Amino acid sequence: MSLPAYAQRWERVWYYLFRVFCILVLLFLVLPILIIIPLSFNAEPYFTFTEGMLRFDPTAYSLRWYLDMFENGMSNRDLPAGSWGWLVQAWQDGQWIHSAKNSIAIAAGATVLSTVLGTLAALGLSQSTMPAGRLIMALLISPIIVPIIVTSASLFFLFSKLGLANTYLGIVLAHTVLGTPFVVVTVTAAMTGFDRSLIRAGQMLGAPSHVIFFRVIMPLILPGVISGALFAFGTSFDEVVAVIFLADYEQRTIPRQMWAGIREQISPTILAVASILVVLSIALLTVVELLRRRSERLRGMRPS
Amino acid sequence: MHDASIEQSDRVLLKRQMAAALRRQKVRAVMLVAPLLFFILATFVYPITGMLVQSAYTPEFAAEMPRTARALAGWNEPEHLPPEAVWEALVLDLQESQQRGAAGKIAAAMNIELPGTRSLVMKTARKAGRLAPPYRQALVSTDDGWENAEVWSTMKRLSDTVTARFYLAALDHRIDAQGRISAQPESRQIYIPLFLRTFLIGAVVTLCCLLLGFPVAYWLSILPMRYANLLMILVLLPFWTSLLVRTTAWIVLLQNQGVINSLLVWSGVISDGNRVQLIFNSTGTVIAMTHILLPFMILPLYSVMKTVPPSYMRAARSLGANQFTAFIRIYLPQTQAGVAAGCLLVFILSLGYYITPALVGGESGTLISNMIAYHVQKSLNWSLAAALSTLLLASVLLLYWAYNRLARADGLRLG
Repeated sequence: MSLPAYAQRWERVWYYLFRVFCILVLLFLVLPILIIIPLSFNAEPYFTFTEGMLRFDPTAYSLRWYLDMFENGMSNRDLPAGSWGWLVQAWQDGQWIHSAKNSIAIAAGATVLSTVLGTLAALGLSQSTMPAGRLIMALLISPIIVPIIVTSASLFFLFSKLGLANTYLGIVLAHTVLGTPFVVVTVTAAMTGFDRSLIRAGQMLGAPSHVIFFRVIMPLILPGVISGALFAFGTSFDEVVAVIFLADYEQRTIPRQMWAGIREQISPTILAVASILVVLSIALLTVVELLRRRSERLRGMRPS
Repeated sequence: MHDASIEQSDRVLLKRQMAAALRRQKVRAVMLVAPLLFFILATFVYPITGMLVQSAYTPEFAAEMPRTARALAGWNEPEHLPPEAVWEALVLDLQESQQRGAAGKIAAAMNIELPGTRSLVMKTARKAGRLAPPYRQALVSTDDGWENAEVWSTMKRLSDTVTARFYLAALDHRIDAQGRISAQPESRQIYIPLFLRTFLIGAVVTLCCLLLGFPVAYWLSILPMRYANLLMILVLLPFWTSLLVRTTAWIVLLQNQGVINSLLVWSGVISDGNRVQLIFNSTGTVIAMTHILLPFMILPLYSVMKTVPPSYMRAARSLGANQFTAFIRIYLPQTQAGVAAGCLLVFILSLGYYITPALVGGESGTLISNMIAYHVQKSLNWSLAAALSTLLLASVLLLYWAYNRLARADGLRLG
């Protein structure tokens, strides 16, 4: 909507002020996240731009915090970076590497569980014959709404009685609870545009139900399933409250280690980790966005 | 005649087959939902129910000290010390619990109710095996703390298996020795001010999100699609970025030696000596939470604004309304549903925030969640944590119910 030619002066002023305000808000959303990327290349242990950085002096920038990310926790820090022995040690002793391994393993477990359970439930819920569908849907989605501290505390009370506290299984189960609502929502959304006569067509052509599921239903709702799975993965990868309550030092994840690092003594290594996570989330966002458009195209909707 | 009866039986058969097919479909739908439903019941509904029970049901003391609990049930004069039978029951129970190694648990439970009684119980439990009748004298000579009638009325209170005392404590009330309920003195109230602060900070964050989010959502809704999609990425990026990364970013930006203060000093707005304290107080909590929750305001607003036909505004203008009047009287009422949904969503989410206030909130910016975590992990008063959680959960569910009513009316569901 551009400014019409007959606009009065105050309308012109308002028009530009409004746009400037909106751009400032969008910058407020994005800049804090992007600003940590250059800061993570700081050669000094400070959290602000040094004078050298502002002059674009190459010596004011360094990769030392990225290196520290691998070396943190190594017993022998004299090995040359990148050598075979260094790599082996980083893999075995690196604090952040250990957290990353935990994060990926836990998120993978929670994603598989919540995608399978959530997709099946969404298929059932989207059938018109499902009794009490609305009530069950509200129940299945409620983990998003219940404050995470309440969920985590009550799981902690239960798991500490069952001996599941401080185990990988306990955290995976907790993250599955938090991840399933996203899968249910996205797959249900994908099913709303699904043409049920396709199933009947398959049946008429003699396909058994498992063939119909894998060759008719699945390809059409796959974008919804994948973005649900990505949501579940992202939820688990980012989750820290349940980990604080349910995990021991051995099961710490990346967010848990960041939490500890920020509370105890914040070092720019956290900025290096954060920068990598920002890049990862940009990648994740791109994939989900592409999937959403593909899904809308498949269902014959106008892209929006 | 003959053909008609065949038709009749065919129709019955068909009906029956139809019903059977429908039933099969229903069973299949239920079977598909069942695994997740069972999972959620077992790992979400059941633990939360357990927490509700824990906040009001405390069988531990009565189970550990069965004789004392029974004996105290008959003692109803809180001004006087109980009769000898109760003293005897206490000694016998303490002897047994010392052998089981459970004395520490009892002492901890006592100490929460009446601070300072931990050592009294522990000391007596250690010596309980050597005590001989008359038990009253023996106990008093072990520790004269037993002559305090309040110790006994505390034990009587602990013997109750169903209790409201954790809810009273969570609402800054206490039960005195006579069993009367009274409000804590103002200086010792902790939880009500904290609940009020949680609601206040939630309201401020919601208002900030609305003031910042409304114009942006409006702009995105009137821009041509390709620009709107591009700018939408700027809204979605924070949405997808790790919560801890965003919190870290704000710590880096807001701290005394951080980017914003350095910028202000460099530009000469403030001197190096008096940098602004932007973090580790409620200001920090509000700024960081506004940033984190802003996408949750913009997205529902945007989806509602997309449905408002621009021709209405043009009609209003052509009927003589100026831009301002047309906006207030024509546009705003049509976005009401989105505003209500976005505000409720942000407010609900802000009530349960834990990580951000804990990291950037300092003393004055912590919320009720932080107190729950404290009681779970540090003070180990799990029942009080459960009572606080229940109160938080109840307020959130109430708001969620309101949200759903709004959402159902306008076809705007979560997700």
